[in-house]
Amino acid sequence: MTDAPAIELRGISKSFGPVLANRDISMSVARGTIHGIVGENGAGKSTLMSILYGFYKADAGEIFINGTATAIPDSQAAIRAGIGMVHQHFKLVENFTVVENVILGAENGAMLRPSIARARKLLAELSEEYGLKVDPDAVIEDLSVGHQQRVEILKQLYRHADILILDEPTGVLTPAEADQLFRILERLRAEGKTILLITHKLREIMEITDTVSVMRRGEMTNTVRTADTSPAELAEMMVGRKVLLQVDKTPATPGEVVLKVSDLRVRRGGVERLKGVSLEIRRGEILGIAGVAGNGQTELLEVLGGMITASGGAVSLFGSGLDITRSAANGQSRRAMGIGHVPEDRQTEGLIMGFEAWENVAFGYHHDPKYNVGPLMDHAAIKADCVDKMARYDVRPPNPRLPARSFSGGNQQKIVVAREMDRAPDLLLVGQPTRGVDIGAIEFIHRQIIALRDQGKAILLISVELDEIMGLSDRIAVMFDGRIMGERLPDQTDQHELGLLMAGVTEGAA
Amino acid sequence: MDRMPKWADVVLIPLISVVLAFMVSGLVVAIIGESPLRAMQIMLRGAFGSAYGWGYTLYYATNFIFTGLAVAVAFHARLFNIGGEGQAALGGLGVAVILLAVDWPHWSLALAAAMGFAMLFSAAWAAVPAYLQARRGSHIVITTIMFNYIASALLVYLLVNVFRVEGSMAPESASFAATTHLPNAADFAGGLGFRGSTPLNISIFLALIACVLVWLLIWRTRLGYEIRSFGHSETAAVYAGINPTRIIMITMLISGALAGMMAVNVVMGEAERLVLDFVEGAGFVGIAVALMGRSHPVGVVLAALLFGALYQGGAELQFEMPAISREMIVVIQALVILFTGALDNMVRMPVQSIFLSLKRRRDNAARPNPAE
Repeated sequence: MTDAPAIELRGISKSFGPVLANRDISMSVARGTIHGIVGENGAGKSTLMSILYGFYKADAGEIFINGTATAIPDSQAAIRAGIGMVHQHFKLVENFTVVENVILGAENGAMLRPSIARARKLLAELSEEYGLKVDPDAVIEDLSVGHQQRVEILKQLYRHADILILDEPTGVLTPAEADQLFRILERLRAEGKTILLITHKLREIMEITDTVSVMRRGEMTNTVRTADTSPAELAEMMVGRKVLLQVDKTPATPGEVVLKVSDLRVRRGGVERLKGVSLEIRRGEILGIAGVAGNGQTELLEVLGGMITASGGAVSLFGSGLDITRSAANGQSRRAMGIGHVPEDRQTEGLIMGFEAWENVAFGYHHDPKYNVGPLMDHAAIKADCVDKMARYDVRPPNPRLPARSFSGGNQQKIVVAREMDRAPDLLLVGQPTRGVDIGAIEFIHRQIIALRDQGKAILLISVELDEIMGLSDRIAVMFDGRIMGERLPDQTDQHELGLLMAGVTEGAA
Repeated sequence: MDRMPKWADVVLIPLISVVLAFMVSGLVVAIIGESPLRAMQIMLRGAFGSAYGWGYTLYYATNFIFTGLAVAVAFHARLFNIGGEGQAALGGLGVAVILLAVDWPHWSLALAAAMGFAMLFSAAWAAVPAYLQARRGSHIVITTIMFNYIASALLVYLLVNVFRVEGSMAPESASFAATTHLPNAADFAGGLGFRGSTPLNISIFLALIACVLVWLLIWRTRLGYEIRSFGHSETAAVYAGINPTRIIMITMLISGALAGMMAVNVVMGEAERLVLDFVEGAGFVGIAVALMGRSHPVGVVLAALLFGALYQGGAELQFEMPAISREMIVVIQALVILFTGALDNMVRMPVQSIFLSLKRRRDNAARPNPAE
């Protein structure tokens, strides 16, 4: 074994046109450690990793793997150099089994049988060695997200990866799954693997990494030992100014009831996903819904937002009933009634990724008279509105002609938030407001939500981030299996109690 | 990501594809022992060398503009309407029904009625697959193809059993009254050398108006915005309160109506009676035209002109070079479709990377001097 670092980058630079994505980056990662890379969206983390994995070619600089200068022109070369990458969005064939996915692209010959047998044996060994238990014959689409991620990791290990790059690995995981992932990463480290962890979440950096590098605006500004730093310090290094990790808010002063939901039921795919949900939100308060993803929160948000129909129950806004059973796609009338909706998934719901930013600013509100002149849409008015919103909601770059997909996740979310919150709706439905969003943008979005509450609006907040629920909510309702398990006040509960409720455990009547 | 300039996307890439298609076609012509250059010359002269050639080229182009727009509109909602052929056939039926049923005093009134009936019949024909797609999830590609066959069989039945003139052996309707005949190119552009022998008629102006209307619809109206939103993402459309059933139905009705307008040009403007199989593949050519024109009205006009020229020039070629059969012409047309439609990315990728590297070089050169 040499003492050379597993990865050493010297003077890596990369520009896209006039944009300098990476500027003279040098970094060294010791073998057998977990190295975190943090930075806001657009700071250049993904570019750097793409250079390391051979998707991009650096304009300047050298890469040393285990002390030897290595050229990585493509991902095949990266794999040969022992580098494996687990992408944020898994690259698995949904209707193949685990074994089939693992050997895909590494079949060793035209006949499948021998390589499947070999893979099965190796998989068993790998599972044993690293505690990565997965049924080799399970079909991917039947597996939970956490297990799918294990398959991705196994795929890389099967290709003899010694260096694993994980890009935002916990973005799609429940807290429990994230914990399991960290146990696996610790095992991998113990076996001498080197891990590069890219994440926004400072808590994860603090929990699992040995060293951490901070990137800002294409430069690597600091590399520190995790033990020597704190989340607040890291956040400051990332953003370049002091950041409030905890949201500042005054106690709520709830007014009249805005939304009343009684015994709401929703069926989807023959399964009852909401089994009689009742809740109430008043003016000037934030009701947070905690729960593990898939326990009916999505359906609650969608039925209130008019995307799907209910099979039973009643919903009223300011005391007058809302039609929840007739035709779906009611988003237009809901918006007209003063219900704003920041959907859970900005990429498939909240935005049309191929549309330019200004077209997205009118999305869902395109019938608004201020966006139209007679039968035609008033493009100039929409563009002007977009420029205005981009300035006030700090969307970067403030270019209304850029397609939505060209913005970073945080800036995409700011476009959605600007559109849905700027009209000051009486009721705001918010789903996963900060999923995949960088720290600076999280702080901004949280402040917007609180500000809307302070204007006397009612807010329904759904998030799988327990920290977010506890930090923002004035009341917390916990959902499990399509039901509300109980309600708590954030200052009278803790993560442990909520965690039990999220798992469906009730200790007597609350 | 960086993008190519629009002119490269809309003009340059299709042009390169066409040149490639002609090069391969030339190879085929050479293999059967004829001179590719001479064949090319004959085709070009046939299509553009005379007022007669132009008349036919533009007449065919009129058909392809209508069917191309039909496919393009549906594409924007990510619906693949392969049923242009059958919808146009029904449009012809509508034209014949109204022109034969009423004693028209003037062609302009007859034209308005014929347009109305053409669009009504063809839209109705498109409505059934649209409904099946929207409500029952039956794939529109499959159902529109099936409806082409049904339309074809229906027209044979009607022409033989209902419309056929007593005593005639031909499966065609009686000729329309002279008062319904549309002004021919000889009437409105005789000064350019057009004679009554070409079928070009005022329908070409209807086609151009349709282009403007489609452009307005898709890029300037709320409905067009909803159609494009739905085409990009159905989930997002539902989130925004756009009803998928409504969009599928309306889009297909418009698409069908556009395909049906093609019958005004052929049945009313040229044949002046309903004949069997008057569509002659224009519904399918519309798919290639829409693909090549990137579903934009300007692109559709240019692509329609190309295919019009291929039809007309091909007919001349067949006439002057006996070694080149009807099937050879189809091969050439198919190669153009193959290169511009199916192999689009083959040309697109390299051109795109050339453009990006040029741009990068320019940016780098320009950086010290921001005045550039």
